[in-house]
Amino acid sequence: MSVITAENISKQYVIDHQKGKGGTTLRDMLAENARMLFGGKKNTPSNGLSREEFWALRDVNFSIEQGDRVGIVGHNGAGKSTLLKILSKIIEPTTGSVRIKGRVASLLEVGTGFHPELTGRENIFLNGSLLGMSRVEIKRQFDEIVAFAGVEKFLDTPVKRYSSGMYVRLGFAISAHLDPEIMIVDEVLAVGDAEFQKKSLGKMRDNSASGRTIIFVSHNLTAVQSLCNRALYFERGQLIEQGETNQVIQSYLSKVSKTRLLREWTDPKTAPGNDLVRVKRIELVPEYPDGTTHIDVRTPMTVRFEFWNQMERANLNLSMHLNSLTGECIFNVGTSSQLCSEGVFSGECVIPGYFLNDGSYTISMMIVKDTATPLFQLEEALTFEVEDHRDGVAWYGKWPGYVRPQFPFTLSSVGSEQWQEASS
Amino acid sequence: MKQHEVLIQANRPERHYWRDLWRNRELLYILSMRDISIRYKQTALGASWSLIRPLTTMLIMVFVFSIIAKLPADPGIPYPLMVVSGLTVWTFFANAFTQISSSITANTNLVTKVYFPRLIMPLSAVAVSFIDFLISLGLFVIIAVWYQFVPDWHILWLPAFMLLALLAALAFGLFFAVVNVRFRDIAQLIPFIIQVGFYICPIAYSSRLVAGQTWHGIELATIYNMNPLVGIIEGFRWSLLGGKSFFNPNSVVLSAAVVLVTLILSVYFFRKRENTFVDDI
Repeated sequence: MSVITAENISKQYVIDHQKGKGGTTLRDMLAENARMLFGGKKNTPSNGLSREEFWALRDVNFSIEQGDRVGIVGHNGAGKSTLLKILSKIIEPTTGSVRIKGRVASLLEVGTGFHPELTGRENIFLNGSLLGMSRVEIKRQFDEIVAFAGVEKFLDTPVKRYSSGMYVRLGFAISAHLDPEIMIVDEVLAVGDAEFQKKSLGKMRDNSASGRTIIFVSHNLTAVQSLCNRALYFERGQLIEQGETNQVIQSYLSKVSKTRLLREWTDPKTAPGNDLVRVKRIELVPEYPDGTTHIDVRTPMTVRFEFWNQMERANLNLSMHLNSLTGECIFNVGTSSQLCSEGVFSGECVIPGYFLNDGSYTISMMIVKDTATPLFQLEEALTFEVEDHRDGVAWYGKWPGYVRPQFPFTLSSVGSEQWQEASS
Repeated sequence: MKQHEVLIQANRPERHYWRDLWRNRELLYILSMRDISIRYKQTALGASWSLIRPLTTMLIMVFVFSIIAKLPADPGIPYPLMVVSGLTVWTFFANAFTQISSSITANTNLVTKVYFPRLIMPLSAVAVSFIDFLISLGLFVIIAVWYQFVPDWHILWLPAFMLLALLAALAFGLFFAVVNVRFRDIAQLIPFIIQVGFYICPIAYSSRLVAGQTWHGIELATIYNMNPLVGIIEGFRWSLLGGKSFFNPNSVVLSAAVVLVTLILSVYFFRKRENTFVDDI
């Protein structure tokens, strides 16, 4: 029996750009502030605003069967959150319709409506009733919620005095005790400590065992793979693929469009650079281990760089910056300096596997003279994404840190005498 | 479990809206309790503020309007009693109106994250003002005891005027709550409306002083009575202070009519716009 049927749903936003504030992309604006989104009212271009129509979702059709655990994957801005909000009745679709059979509970954030000044006890009732529980239901499950969150001692403390971990645990504990037929969950596993995440994921699996339908959005493909039996893949507001989870995730990974692994210029007159040096080519070559087709934390990579030197004699070296997508420099490496005559030069840098953590990265390359004067820097020349991969790890949270090296780190037994002495 | 089916579509008013609203009455209660509970958190004087404010306002008004400006009260009624009765209902209206107007924007975190009939927010915003109202009414009782004043049967009408004040706050507040979502100018406008309202309503003085006044041949009372709050305040005062208080039944009828029509239009407007709150907020 299909419990959710979506037919041709689309959601359009009309965005007013402020002129002269160039450089802001659509996605920046969306992410930055929902207030920039205007709906309905018409503005004439003469008042300094230009209007742009933007489809957050376009003609989406799918149906979900009872008991399905459906993962929704896609990049930021692909329309995942918009879809969840439509299913949760928070926003209206511009066109199309969704038919939902059964009671829906939406969990779009942990601790919705929590008020910092209220105590844990008061917030349990507030949040519970916002999520659709009756007071009787909350009272009946109250002790269980408190125990699940492990906040017994702080029940009468305002939540503003809670640690962020406690806050999140309490929020999740309440939603884990909801009893809807359909549950919509957005990114909640991205929070909390490892042990709690395991408990939460377990709780969600139990829920679906009892015939509950779950719709789950996460950037964490490992969690989607472990929890969901079906997946929907969205790209720029459109449903690209739906089906069995592993298959959908494979095609999602193969279509990662942000990746730019090669740039090349053939004409030394127009290539980026200046009268002294010009860039010819920059390339990132992954060495895929057997059976993989995308870069993950195991993959070694080589960055190759070629440039034209138009100076007769100069002491040159290359300097490479690897930055996270948010702009932090992860590391900077340089070649040694070398006396170069006019001609084409190339540099090569090897980034080993098991070094970068999962995430998106950019590479900038700089040509330096006399180890002191930057002649030219090619910013964000390459962009690539490192996917997560874990073996034998039962934890699905975001792996912390910028790098994920596998330094020698062993655990071994040093004998059992001490323990026996202490316990006897 | 009985089958619960929902159809989500553009511009389709929820068929079971009022039923949903009723089902969410617990949420209404809990949001009201939230507002009451957080009101005086981390204040040294706590709930006594609810008493300090009307008391101070009354004392100042007695000083300014009765002692300095020598405004007369209705014959046979002590001026402080007249002021407190008018102030009680006016403050209730003003606070409820202000809270309702900002109820949607103040709950942005809820609007963007969870669905429930949006009317819950303005309705729950009234709770705090109602508590203040009760405290202010208590102040009236204390002053009445001081003046050895005993209300008569008129007091049976009190709930009716109280209700009318509430409906008036909703009627105007709902409209501003919707507009406030798109235009935050409303937040600037409302204190101004309240300030003007204080002088064009019979709070510090009796409407008796307006009746019969003319200006360039215009009957001022006619214009004055167009303010729907005039009838409500007069009526409220009349039910507390009895027949000696100035009361014009016509202005009450006019008030009730204006309030009801505005309320219907406001609720319609609210219902029409509530699904777009999340896009505009």
